[in-house]
Amino acid sequence: MNQTGWTDQRIEVIIGTLLRMGVMLAAAVVFIGGVLYLVRHGQETIHYSTFHGEPEALKSIPGVLKSAGAGQARAIIQLGLLLLIATPIARVLFSAIAFALEHDYLYVVITLVVLVVLLYSLLGSTG
Amino acid sequence: MTVHLFTALVFFGSFLAGFLGALTGLGGGVVVVPMLTLLFHVDIRYAIGASLVSVIATSSGAAAAYVREGYSNIRIGMFLETATTIGAIVGALVALRVTGSAIAVVFGLVLLYSAFLSGRHREASGQTIQSSALANRLRLSASYPTPHGPEHYGVTGVSAGYGLMFGAGVLSGLLGIGSGAVKVIAMDQAMKIPFKVSTTTSNFMIGVTAAASAGLYLSRGYIAPGIAMPVMLGVLAGSLIGAKVLVRAQVKVLRYVFAAVIVVLGFEMIFNGLTGRL
Repeated sequence: MNQTGWTDQRIEVIIGTLLRMGVMLAAAVVFIGGVLYLVRHGQETIHYSTFHGEPEALKSIPGVLKSAGAGQARAIIQLGLLLLIATPIARVLFSAIAFALEHDYLYVVITLVVLVVLLYSLLGSTG
Repeated sequence: MTVHLFTALVFFGSFLAGFLGALTGLGGGVVVVPMLTLLFHVDIRYAIGASLVSVIATSSGAAAAYVREGYSNIRIGMFLETATTIGAIVGALVALRVTGSAIAVVFGLVLLYSAFLSGRHREASGQTIQSSALANRLRLSASYPTPHGPEHYGVTGVSAGYGLMFGAGVLSGLLGIGSGAVKVIAMDQAMKIPFKVSTTTSNFMIGVTAAASAGLYLSRGYIAPGIAMPVMLGVLAGSLIGAKVLVRAQVKVLRYVFAAVIVVLGFEMIFNGLTGRL
């Protein structure tokens, strides 16, 4: 099929395995944050029936990183969720590299379009 | 309700949703939002944010298994993702502007439609078709494994499929669901792609589509860690166990039960949306 030996199938299996590891890592971080959250705030009362938006520290990537670093339970959960949202983005990035290795430049461009849309959603719309 | 109780109940409900979703192939995402809004009176936008997160988890978690079977077509997936991701952002922007009641009504209609779809059984046509000129230019055709060796398939109806995929993206961003059913219709019915290829390619597109709107929900403050945590862990655990049980289970009756639950939830969502309770 091609000279480099990089077949779609082989690359996809590697990407798929990386994705599952990403999901497991994200789930582990969410779980740790969740345990801390339950221990510290378990007795509080919930109020989710009206929307008031999450605080700045849980909305932006720098905010989440800073608060999670300070050991804040909800920020650690949010960090895990960010890791999870990053797994499909990583998959698209890997696919772009794979298409480049196959010299399939039409699909490198198509894949980069998807990547730009994803990054816009996560980064560009902040603020 | 205390955080302890809320977390435990939502985890249990999400586990059940993920478990039944994997067993019946209908996806757990569709019942998470009605559960959170109708049972726990969570604001619908928080519910959508949490549901999107669980959709990504199940899609990315299952990707390796699907890929190994050799059915999914990454070129078709990537090309159509340019439509679903842009659609998802449009859907998310609409969701942030309209009322919760309007979202609830649309959600209810989509639930009823997906229950209707699950009741119909479609047979694989088995006939191969010639690729259209556009599909050839995009190199969409490929081959997939069958009992008698790899079989080549052509692709057609690219524009119609692309349009449907944009719609699937909008629904995903607006409602926080994977909208796998619409994706499969676009590929299987409009583009004449073999059913097995359509379903597995749809699965890997779901995670990327959901990520496109999840980023927006997060940066606008609609993803609440206290809700998303039990939902994500519950749905993920449920769907992983569901996929393991699937091989042994007799799912036909279960499919009808789950479809009936979806119909009830659909009417509930429409009723609550129209009366302004959501």
